Amino acid sequence: MIPAGAPIVSLRGVGKTFESGTVALDGLSLSVGEGEFVSLLGPSGCGKSTALRIVAGLSAPSAGAVEWPGEVQPGHIGFVFQEPTLMPWADVAANVRLPLRLAHAEEASARAAAERALARVGLADFGGAFPRELSGGMKMRASIARALATEPRLLLMDEPFAALDEITRFRLNNDLLALWHALRRTVIFVTHSVFESVYLSQRIVVMTPRPGRVSAEIGIPAPYPRDENFRTSPEYAGYCRTVSAALSQAMAGAP
Amino acid sequence: MSERALRIVLPVVVLALVLLTWHATVRIFAIPPYVLPGPGLVLSTLIADGGLLLHSLWVTLVTTFEGFVLAGVGGIGLAILFNQSRLIEYSFYPYAVILQVTPIVAVAPLLLIYLPQPLAVLACAWIVAFFPVLANTTLGLQSVDHNLIALFDLYKASRWQVLLNLKLPSALPQMLAGLRIAGGLSLIGAVVAEIAAGSAGAGSGLAYRIAESGYRLNIPRMFAALLLLSLAGVAIFFALSFVNYLCLRRWHESTVRRES
Repeated sequence: MIPAGAPIVSLRGVGKTFESGTVALDGLSLSVGEGEFVSLLGPSGCGKSTALRIVAGLSAPSAGAVEWPGEVQPGHIGFVFQEPTLMPWADVAANVRLPLRLAHAEEASARAAAERALARVGLADFGGAFPRELSGGMKMRASIARALATEPRLLLMDEPFAALDEITRFRLNNDLLALWHALRRTVIFVTHSVFESVYLSQRIVVMTPRPGRVSAEIGIPAPYPRDENFRTSPEYAGYCRTVSAALSQAMAGAP
Repeated sequence: MSERALRIVLPVVVLALVLLTWHATVRIFAIPPYVLPGPGLVLSTLIADGGLLLHSLWVTLVTTFEGFVLAGVGGIGLAILFNQSRLIEYSFYPYAVILQVTPIVAVAPLLLIYLPQPLAVLACAWIVAFFPVLANTTLGLQSVDHNLIALFDLYKASRWQVLLNLKLPSALPQMLAGLRIAGGLSLIGAVVAEIAAGSAGAGSGLAYRIAESGYRLNIPRMFAALLLLSLAGVAIFFALSFVNYLCLRRWHESTVRRES
């Protein structure tokens, strides 16, 4: 297991109440270490996406604070949405270049960075294609390439593979782990799939619904690289059982 | 016969039938040309008066084009302004609607009193045409994918970058739909104003020719001028549809043929 480094980001008693009065988060505390792969697991409506948006700075907490104790600046992150969220009018390379363009990066270096990012996700030959010409899985790869283009230290992923078929999802799971291993980035991964979270993560944070807060934290000490053998092993099934039980417990108080 | 061929052949057959019936009616009932000219006479008038009518067509087309360009610039410009400031939108949008719903035929005589005639005609073309551009572009600017807005926020894009790189390209399909409607409407606006001005006696546009020929009971020339106007409208529609296709063909669903 890769040891987690010093905390890169910490949430201290974060609460979020929407204008409608819905309490999405209440007293959420969580710390993520440098290089760690952490999953936030919970049913829909448990505020896990809200927590991710707060970490990203897209939404302000109503209570508590987000701290960045390390050298990573709050803005220096990559975000992968539930949908690919590509600009349909621009080709894939232009989509991947977007973050650099918005930061007024030099055109030549932006092109090179975009090419590198596309090669990493296996889309080296698809820079000139338009999003509508790609399959769902390829669109998601392009979206990941865009998040990697600025070489962020922290990657936030909001149920990125939820809409994909199982075969594509398994392949992207493997590719994501390979990327994480090669790049040594920190990943916070939001999912509602027990199996996906166990397969990917070093640590799973189980959240309760309404209001969202941490119900349990479970380490998955299985060594990397994980592959299809791990996916079919009794060890994996055991972890899934433990996490499922924790999830049921978190749901017990919910309506 | 293939679907494609049918779409061309059937309207042509209908046209031939209508022309034939028209011709036969005029012949059989011996209708005099000052009541209803036959299609042959309309065509020969079109050729005989070709120089005069083409000149008038040119005048009307120039007005239409100027009205269209101003409507495009004005409509898109206002939509952007409204999108940037809610206060401006709330202050002026109702008046844009009022300008649109007041029948232009009723406004044209007033404009002709206060403005020099060419300017009044242009103003009419603009008033009729700018609203669809404004309304459609406004809708387009408001319908941007929320996640893309969040993405731009995440990378701290400036207002200007959001407008230029996100909102305008995203609104392009609606903007083009508005412009396509505006093309036809600016022709209507120009014609309405010319007709209104026609009774005042000055002008040389195609609609003025129609009014003038009416006074002179030159019915064949009225038909010939009407035919030209109609063809101009069709040409404008196809030209704008083609521009629409060129702009959207690579990425927008509306231009992609579905395979069954």
